[in-house]
Amino acid sequence: MLYAKERSGENVVIRGARVLDPTEKIDATIDVRIDDGVIAAMGEGLDTNEHRVVDGAGLVLTPAFVDPHVHLRTPGREDEETIASGTAAAAAGGYCAILAMPNTDPVVDSAATLGALVETAGREAEVAVGFLAAITRGQHGEELTEMAELADAGAVAFSDDGVPVSSAGMMRRALQYASITGRKLALHCEEQSLSRGGHVHEGAVAAELGFAAYPSVAESVMVERDLALAGYEGQPIHLLHLSSVESVAALRRARAAGIAASAEVTPHHLVLTDDAVRSLDANLKMNPPLRAEEDRAALIEALKDGSIECIATDHAPHALHEKDVPFEAAPFGVTGLETAFAVLNTHLVRPGVLTLETMIERMTAGPARVFGLERPRVAVGARANLALLDLEREWRVESFRSRSRNSWLLGATLTGAVAMTIAGGAVAFEA
Amino acid sequence: MTTIRLVHDDLRPPGPSARRHCISIADLTRDDVQRLLGTARTFESALDREVKKLPTLKGRLVVNLFYESSTRTSSSFELAAKRLSADTLTLKSAGSSVDKGESLKDTALTLGAYDPDVIVIRHPQIGAPQLVARVTEAHIVNAGDGKNQHPTQALLDVYTLQQQLGRLEGLQVAIVGDVLHSRVARSLMQAFDLLDIHCTLVGPPALLPRGMNAEMTTDIGAIRDADVVYVLRMQQERMQAGANYVPSLREYAARWGITPERLRPGQKVMHPGPMNRGVEIDPRVADSADALVETQVRSGLVVRMAVLYDVLTGGPVGVRALAAAEVA
Repeated sequence: MLYAKERSGENVVIRGARVLDPTEKIDATIDVRIDDGVIAAMGEGLDTNEHRVVDGAGLVLTPAFVDPHVHLRTPGREDEETIASGTAAAAAGGYCAILAMPNTDPVVDSAATLGALVETAGREAEVAVGFLAAITRGQHGEELTEMAELADAGAVAFSDDGVPVSSAGMMRRALQYASITGRKLALHCEEQSLSRGGHVHEGAVAAELGFAAYPSVAESVMVERDLALAGYEGQPIHLLHLSSVESVAALRRARAAGIAASAEVTPHHLVLTDDAVRSLDANLKMNPPLRAEEDRAALIEALKDGSIECIATDHAPHALHEKDVPFEAAPFGVTGLETAFAVLNTHLVRPGVLTLETMIERMTAGPARVFGLERPRVAVGARANLALLDLEREWRVESFRSRSRNSWLLGATLTGAVAMTIAGGAVAFEA
Repeated sequence: MTTIRLVHDDLRPPGPSARRHCISIADLTRDDVQRLLGTARTFESALDREVKKLPTLKGRLVVNLFYESSTRTSSSFELAAKRLSADTLTLKSAGSSVDKGESLKDTALTLGAYDPDVIVIRHPQIGAPQLVARVTEAHIVNAGDGKNQHPTQALLDVYTLQQQLGRLEGLQVAIVGDVLHSRVARSLMQAFDLLDIHCTLVGPPALLPRGMNAEMTTDIGAIRDADVVYVLRMQQERMQAGANYVPSLREYAARWGITPERLRPGQKVMHPGPMNRGVEIDPRVADSADALVETQVRSGLVVRMAVLYDVLTGGPVGVRALAAAEVA
């Protein structure tokens, strides 16, 4: 289900890094030797076997990250991102695998379109990429896609991300039919009769500045509907980019009732509130919008206790001229692949809000588990999918490997940098 | 929980800039407002002279850039600039390159090439003045950006209150109507806050913004205690079809329309115009001696003269304004 360009496994010894894999229950300062792209030995004072030696002293070696929610804008908007540039950005962010959303032009709703992406990924992808296919044709919410054929052609899961499946009846049919594919539905929850025209979370900031409001209840009523349908059909669902305290409460209730629901949260919803919108920077405009401090607190709590299993960037590239307009005229979406680890380290891990271990779990094992992907791990015999992290290095966010630069962190100084990414047994990025 | 500092704070240029704007009441201090009102009074007395033109801004260029229709704001800015002997250039979006799809940024860059001293901008989107401030060297005066701010309207209303009621502090004002879509209400509330004027918002439930930090009620009876009833226009053009903010204008007029029966004798009534007679305001009220609508228009001229004068020549107006506008 994941595709990348062919690369021969490398021979590398990483010397003296703090090796941290919470799922494997490892936290030790040791050497790791990679033979032909596979972790062959872990321990103190390993022979280098004439491998390339990387000095890991003072650095942390973790499983590489998995991003379950990326927009690669291909096909259709290759000026904003390509499979090559998006996966290069992912490698720079410490990721070994990403999942791409199907809301492209044309929409990934046929085996032919999906096949072309798979083929391109096999030539261009710097790290493994998987593709979601649409739930409904053209994401119009009216007719189901041919999910069985799409699954056979390599679809990891199904999503109409960018827009909700508005009709409850259509959502039910999608849940029923997707069951034969063994693939999940990943749902963008938005009741558009409540959110339409809205740009900013309904609260004090929107009221004061005069922005048309996008209330959190627009998300949570749809979360409640989809959880009810998933429970009724006995099918698993994944909730994309949760943003509100009400949605978190609904998710907790459903999970407690035995409904197989997973969820993700973005770095921006974990770090920012709608107060940031006062700057009127269009790079703070995304869907769902930044919400209130109580929402942010609820998301962090849910991430900590595992109710929310994944951190997803919702990396959404946009052309410069499309964002260089007044806030209301700008499209929704911000980039995130190259800054996710650093911004979370800076604003949540270092202040002690989130442990490094939890952050790593939610960026590696969590998303792999939710989408049935091979879990990146630091263990002998595993293919090397590793991130070598410098937790102390300060850097200024200035240039990107992504083709787009609509980052809300542009110009910010962050602490924590990716020193090296090894993906699929080969070095995919070096600082 | 840690508080996240805005990353944009890092991007602010060190120290206040030398360039002054009038973009939001939120950028002004109480002293700024008092100084502007004082300047306006000075200009008002000058307008009693036989020759009303002052040489103050001779040789300066004021560009009026209007992306929304406007009668009183555009005309009063133009006249204000002319009374101060500035050259003026007025551009409306209809019939300009905007019709051909030119972006705000490119239009601003084009106008910026003429080295205007001031650009007065009205635009349907929030933050348009900040964008123009970013890409040109001109002093920016906001003549209305979306539903956000209309600072010169708030200043002229405060000026009118002071002239008509002889005081500001402790006044009670009820703002009635479509607060949700009103940049006038947002600017006024901030100005009232600066000047210790007490304010109550009155209107239909869906037109009172949720989360607004203000005293709000749906009961029209709440206007009883007000010294001044400030009536907002029902902004049909901002209401999406089928949004059902109110069932009908007829029902709105019956419930919230300002009629002589709902007013105390001597209660003053203000309206930013244009009025929908028979909807938010009864024609008998609009034509009564207690309606200050024409006074507001006259105040608009001298207050806008004061604002133009102040951004170009005045003392330390709103240091916060400078920083905010420079980075946005």
